[in-house]
Amino acid sequence: MPIQNNRLSHEELVHNFSDIHPPFEHEEGAIIEANRCINCYDAPCTKSCPTSIDVPMFIKQIASGNVKGSAKTILSSNIMGAGCSKVCPVEKLCEGSCVYNLLEEEPISIAKLQRYSTEKAIANNWKLFERKASNGKKVAVIGAGPAGLSCAHTLSLQGIDVTVYEKEEKGGGLMTYGVAAYKVTPTFCKEEVDYITSVGGIDIKYKQELGKDITLADLQKQYDAVFLGIGVGIARELEIPGEEMDGVVDAISFIYNLRTNDYSKIAVGDKVAVIGMGMTAIDAATQSKRLGAKEVTMIYRRTENEKPCTDVELDIAKLDGCSFIWLAAPKEVKGENGKVKQLVCSKMKLGEPDASGRRAPVDTGELFTIDVDMVIKAAGQIPFEDLVSKSSLQNKGGKIAIAASGETNIKGVFAGGDAVNGGKEVVDAVQAGKNGAKGILTYLGIK
Amino acid sequence: MANLESTFLGIKSPNPFWLASAPPTDKKINVMRAFEAGWGGVVWKTLGSQVKNVSSRYSTLDYNGQKVVGFNNIELISDRPLDINLREIKEVIREFPDRAMIVSLMADNNREAWHDMVKKTMDTGAHGIELNFGCPHGMVERGMGASVGQDPEIAKMVVEWVMEVAKIPVITKLTPNVHSVVPAAQAVIAGGTNGLSLINTIQSVTGIDLDTLVPNPNVGGQSVFGGYCGPAVKPIALKFLTTLAQDSITKKVPISGIGGISTWKDAAEFMLLGASNVQVCTAAMHYGFRIVRDMCDGLNNWMDEKGYKTIDDFVGLSVPKVTRWEELDINYHITAKIDQDACIHCGLCYIACEDTSHQSIDIVRGNPYNTYTIKEEECVGCNLCKIVCPVKDCITMEEHRKGPENINWIEWQKRGLPLNDH
Repeated sequence: MPIQNNRLSHEELVHNFSDIHPPFEHEEGAIIEANRCINCYDAPCTKSCPTSIDVPMFIKQIASGNVKGSAKTILSSNIMGAGCSKVCPVEKLCEGSCVYNLLEEEPISIAKLQRYSTEKAIANNWKLFERKASNGKKVAVIGAGPAGLSCAHTLSLQGIDVTVYEKEEKGGGLMTYGVAAYKVTPTFCKEEVDYITSVGGIDIKYKQELGKDITLADLQKQYDAVFLGIGVGIARELEIPGEEMDGVVDAISFIYNLRTNDYSKIAVGDKVAVIGMGMTAIDAATQSKRLGAKEVTMIYRRTENEKPCTDVELDIAKLDGCSFIWLAAPKEVKGENGKVKQLVCSKMKLGEPDASGRRAPVDTGELFTIDVDMVIKAAGQIPFEDLVSKSSLQNKGGKIAIAASGETNIKGVFAGGDAVNGGKEVVDAVQAGKNGAKGILTYLGIK
Repeated sequence: MANLESTFLGIKSPNPFWLASAPPTDKKINVMRAFEAGWGGVVWKTLGSQVKNVSSRYSTLDYNGQKVVGFNNIELISDRPLDINLREIKEVIREFPDRAMIVSLMADNNREAWHDMVKKTMDTGAHGIELNFGCPHGMVERGMGASVGQDPEIAKMVVEWVMEVAKIPVITKLTPNVHSVVPAAQAVIAGGTNGLSLINTIQSVTGIDLDTLVPNPNVGGQSVFGGYCGPAVKPIALKFLTTLAQDSITKKVPISGIGGISTWKDAAEFMLLGASNVQVCTAAMHYGFRIVRDMCDGLNNWMDEKGYKTIDDFVGLSVPKVTRWEELDINYHITAKIDQDACIHCGLCYIACEDTSHQSIDIVRGNPYNTYTIKEEECVGCNLCKIVCPVKDCITMEEHRKGPENINWIEWQKRGLPLNDH
């Protein structure tokens, strides 16, 4: 069977894409877990959170019955706290540093508790924040992703009128368009964006793309400051023969389609190869399997020790029945009539550590071939270098350069998130948005 | 295997665990179930003049997810007809002749009423009587219960009435709603009581429903003070018990210990402070009668480990270790030590010491884990850090005497030694 959609029944698809980390079903469960937290001082979990959520505080607020206060504690530090509770790789952040790990005990289910409070806040539309009266200042934010929304929310609270320009039809950025559906649903993402903007003072204009519908120069004229939260977007090419063939897709587009269409409409092959071992690669591999692909093979040029995804993510792929070829790099896509048939790979070995500190893969020259009918490229994303350069923004390979204040080389233009760091977690982008907002407030002489 | 058999005022039971006079001992069906589960004896719920109960009746103190840390009731003495209670008592004694059957009594305040109750109780074949001088609610307003126990003269008089006719051992149950239980205990001993038991419940308000603003338990929008018991009252009970075990008059009669006993450890503690046996209620009301199995098993294992063959081998052993403050050795000094390998870097020791004690813990901030060490010269040896540390034996208290000599406060003053360390 070639690449095709509608491989599974509706029921199977619903099952396969249901919530992978189910919430607490009952208040009692949350309270039992909240009481298990020992309430550390200068807590390692808080220090391991890029947005510095006061984790012991919000957990003890759940325990005391002050769930509203708990939600405010979370959202004051991280306005996307609800989404982050579903997508954060907590095993390497808050939960990974929980002191219970040092007792060889299960860490506190911080994400699940965070979800408990924040989902209640969204479901009940709790008004936790009050916006200061408008001070007449106007700021444009480009991109309604985590960085942009976080920046917009922080600014709006201080009385600034914010206009957000978003190139897609919906807000949320990669949360909406780039995360596995079994972690967050598009419906949830919309609710979260609506909740964030419900504070007022934030106007999102959709289908407005920088460089196409709007220009930085125009925005600079119309607004007192600009924040660029444009993210990264372009999938890194493999730069191997046959890459243009039918059946070679990039993971970003593959996942984007999954987020914007009915699952039954998404086509996958019988035998899918996924190149890469990051979070996006895992999301592409597991979801291929969940759409009905018979075999999914993940191919990575280093070993399991150097993989960028977490053990928890890898386990999801393992449990979904994906297989793995470590120390292999794609060399050529072979096909018939323009359609993928085989993937030729080089066997690699580990050499000296590279700039990332991990041992670099070295080609042994030995080749092997696997039969595939679909190749998903998830070898990383590259920034919008053209766009950034054309806007005269100082950058490094497309990654916008900023000062500690978040300001770019252009006065009054700030940036943060994936557009600056090249692609990190949602929670990092939220913090970058806060930092940018702080820089903008200082720049505008507010507070 | 140690021998758990207990003899209290000549009343034998296969183990020292009795159920206290309370709802669990109000009916034959309950008491039969208790004996089937293995309880050594019961004190049948207080018999007296006919009363009427209300609902609701109970409320609790819960803490950090732990339910029933403390328990409060506004139930009165048995509200069942006296003749049914007496008949059932007789029946249970026949079914379980090896168990102790004590009957709690609270008659109206006159000699005849007490004589009548005592005689009727003896007719059942019960092994002993416990006088309820402690109930703090409902009966007090009628001049009974704690209002008797709070007045040594009245208590003595009632005991005298009882002893005029009693031919089985009499235990007097004392109220803790007093400054000291010793005067009442001395008085009832003078009146002739054979033994003592304590504590009865403590007057309390457990909490308020923050929606209705009615304190618990809510009886149609109102509440009253109740009688507090359960794990939270154990330390108070142990203190009262110790005062009896140390008094030259009261220590001469056997004491049945009551107050928040939930495990074999609690029981051992009561017995080490002078109780010859113990009575349990709240723990059974929380989990059912099955809890007695581990109480017996745990006590047995501990006795084996310590080499105690019988209960009497350890009753009262801790009493001499409780002294007066002015007799404590001022030169005894301990300081905390943190085992860095065991430390999980939670910082609870640090923040407790820094905010509320003597700033004796050093912090070196790390990411994400801080390192904590004791400033030995600042440490006063208060135990707080060890208490809050979640890891067993991570913080230990090490002895660093201030001097070789044992000097107490009296001697310290006599020698005019310096007072202010700071």
